[in-house]
Amino acid sequence: MHDPNHDHDHDHADADAHKEIVATERPGYFDILETALEEMLIERKILQPGEIDRQIDVLDSRTPALGAKVVARAWTDPEFRARLLADGRGTCEELGVTFYDDTGLIVLENTDKIHNLVVCTLCSCYPRPLLGLPPEWYKLKPYRARAVVEPRALLAEFGTIIPEEVEVRVADSTSALRFLVLPMRPAGTEGYTEEQLAALVTRDAMIGVVPVQVDARRIA
Amino acid sequence: MEAQLPVAGSPHHLTVVPALGETPVFWPGQKVRVLERYPLGHYRVPLYLRGRRGVVERLVQPAIDNEEEGFGLNAGLKRHYYRISVPMSDIWSNYAGSGQDRLYIEVFETWLEATPHA
Repeated sequence: MHDPNHDHDHDHADADAHKEIVATERPGYFDILETALEEMLIERKILQPGEIDRQIDVLDSRTPALGAKVVARAWTDPEFRARLLADGRGTCEELGVTFYDDTGLIVLENTDKIHNLVVCTLCSCYPRPLLGLPPEWYKLKPYRARAVVEPRALLAEFGTIIPEEVEVRVADSTSALRFLVLPMRPAGTEGYTEEQLAALVTRDAMIGVVPVQVDARRIA
Repeated sequence: MEAQLPVAGSPHHLTVVPALGETPVFWPGQKVRVLERYPLGHYRVPLYLRGRRGVVERLVQPAIDNEEEGFGLNAGLKRHYYRISVPMSDIWSNYAGSGQDRLYIEVFETWLEATPHA
């Protein structure tokens, strides 16, 4: 028995799941540096106690599921969609999404004539309030450079072939504005509920590197 | 008797003076050029865009100059950002793709100049 508080035995695929999490080693150089820096910032009243932990909670609460909810609502509610395209941030705020970093939001609608792709060539600007942290590749130079130099070749590597007659629009985020791609609703989803639609919408589709596909996921 | 119309310059003529930078100086549809300057430091206008010509697509809410702010200078003066679009084939001479493909980006007012309609 690994845990004296457990008086019953049950089969675990992962026996470590109930193991107590303990820190047995002395904190490393960077752990000490981090703690010291935080304490100094609090002492100098630059940060309040708990502010860093709170901000981590804020970031952890933002996942692509929020963006997917916005997209699914836009697909099912034409008035919401119109408001979303006119005022991205204000309309997301209707759904309770706050913009803690005080960024604006422009929602870019993909159509059969226009395909939008989002990049930040300077760094890693990303609609974090709606999607959480960006994927690693989004922050790396090959993506950042190629998205503006050869977007079609880049998209092809994601398996996304854009027909010649479709206009590719690359949005480079350099100001306090962020961008969310509103992908095209896939065919064959006419009977889907808003929740079923949201389950189809991936992070990458909202960056604009792939379309939303029905067969990519299964509806339970 | 005819109604007295306010005459410019008379005390009855109300003139509202906007604050510096309050009124946009470019407007959607206008052709603009991104200035070609290379100041030292980190600037938000990507190098690939400097000197390129584009069209204003929409105005963005006025903001303070991030670049000044980045150097600790914040005069509190706001100006507009402009969302402009530039044809990809104008940025890259060997652009492989449709001639309609465009880049969309926000550029701060101090980095743009109006260009005559070609």
